[in-house]
Amino acid sequence: MATEVHSLQELRRSASLATKVFVQRDYSDGTTCQFQTKFPPELESRIERQLFEETVKTLNGFYAEAEKIGGSSYLEGCLACATAYFIFLCMETHYEKVLKKISKYIQEQNEKIYAPRGLLLTDPLERGMRVVSSGQQGAGGMTRARGGGDTRSGCWAIGPAHLTDDP
Amino acid sequence: MSVMVARKKVVRKWEKLPGRNTFCCDGRIMMARQKGIFYLTLFLILGTCALFFAFECRYLAVQLSPAIPVFAAVLFLFAMATLLRTSFSDPGVIPRALPDEAAFIEMEIEATNGTVPQGQRPPPRIKNFQINNQIVKLKYCYTCKIFRPPRASHCSICDNCVERFDHHCPWVGNCVGKRNYRYFYLFILSLSLLTIYIFTFNIVYVALKSLKIGFLNTLKETPGTVLEVLICFFTLWSVVGLTGFHTFLVALNQTTNEDIKGSWTGKNRVQNPYSHGNIVKNCCEVLCGPLPPSVLDRRGILQQEESTAQEESCPRGPSTQEPTAAQGPGGQAEESSAQQKDGSLPHLSAVPAPSLSNAEMPEEKQLTSGELPVPSQDAGQAEH
Repeated sequence: MATEVHSLQELRRSASLATKVFVQRDYSDGTTCQFQTKFPPELESRIERQLFEETVKTLNGFYAEAEKIGGSSYLEGCLACATAYFIFLCMETHYEKVLKKISKYIQEQNEKIYAPRGLLLTDPLERGMRVVSSGQQGAGGMTRARGGGDTRSGCWAIGPAHLTDDP
Repeated sequence: MSVMVARKKVVRKWEKLPGRNTFCCDGRIMMARQKGIFYLTLFLILGTCALFFAFECRYLAVQLSPAIPVFAAVLFLFAMATLLRTSFSDPGVIPRALPDEAAFIEMEIEATNGTVPQGQRPPPRIKNFQINNQIVKLKYCYTCKIFRPPRASHCSICDNCVERFDHHCPWVGNCVGKRNYRYFYLFILSLSLLTIYIFTFNIVYVALKSLKIGFLNTLKETPGTVLEVLICFFTLWSVVGLTGFHTFLVALNQTTNEDIKGSWTGKNRVQNPYSHGNIVKNCCEVLCGPLPPSVLDRRGILQQEESTAQEESCPRGPSTQEPTAAQGPGGQAEESSAQQKDGSLPHLSAVPAPSLSNAEMPEEKQLTSGELPVPSQDAGQAEH
């Protein structure tokens, strides 16, 4: 316990802006939720460029799917309107379903790719879906990104995550 | 070993949200601070409809058709449902940047602009983006410390940045933005229809009854009719006009804010890059497009424990998150899993900001609460 406390306090002391990298939104396609695939220079030594870009591209794909305007979204909208939107009390919107998929994906990515490299990806849902801030990890556990929600404006961050057993 | 039962006060995030909103039902309902005119709207609608159902409908259902009150009831329920949805939902508020993000953005701005020599005014904080081959400027919001996404604006009444900000409507007691614009539109549409309906049938009622008992006697028997006709007459001019205006905006995929500021009109201005060029497509997108869930996790639980430095032996209270309301983000807040082992770090409790990581600066909250309300850079509200 004492060591946990000590390492946590150490983490907090060393936590500074340098430990967080924020990936900004890419508005070139309008107001749809997309993130910039530009590789942040701070991560140069931590992770392979290709892996990172793939993660961002997959996330962008998910968000595009959530916001897709097509037959099914119109049907959903019209049905909801016809029931005076009471149907949303029992049913999840398509958007919410995709957001759940996104949070699972981020969790998976953290477990497989980012945590082994000492990084943590946070779901853009945190802080209003603007910053996927990666903080440092708490004692003994992976900080789980929160599921669901919606990526509105903003950034998405990766930062060093320290597991307690790290030297 | 003394086991202290920490009294954990369950504090939900809505209690600490900045901005001038009121929250009801433990964060499920979100409105602006001034609700007086909203109550007036409710009173007028309920009062007029009550009079209509109580007096005219009885006569007309018998004389003409029972479908008349039925249809009126449907319209009334739809108008009320959409009104309440508009008033109570999150219009698309963009949460403010927490200090680390704000600092990161500041660093970026300084890197772009370079250090400003003393005495000189720093250049305005604007980012240029290209959307669909048009250059769109993103402005920096000094209150929220973010670069506002395109079409977002800061509402000075609610003191929030709202996505796809249309206007702040005192009649519904809330901002109208991305998430509740369709409800607002359907509300004014159904209210227009309801008003026209009630007005018409009041005239029909008076006409029919006057044939039997005379005009003055009719008015004496149901004095409410006069009141209804008056209310409907004045409502017609305003609400129907407003519906027409918003139909025009929907068809062009514009917001009231953009229309008032003339963002897309004029020779030297960019054309609206968000319009699909097709009226049907624009209408479908605005009214039937996908609805993003709220980003403000109003009912999430803030980790604020009042325990002292002793070992906490009590279970983590309602750390099993309740499923968030339909309007809130889908899925569960799992942040309490991050704080499982931190009972021994009492000073974490001083950080009410939503934090997954334990390394959040304890002084975070002080920074955000210490900022003074900065007047918004643009008049982000157009009142009706």
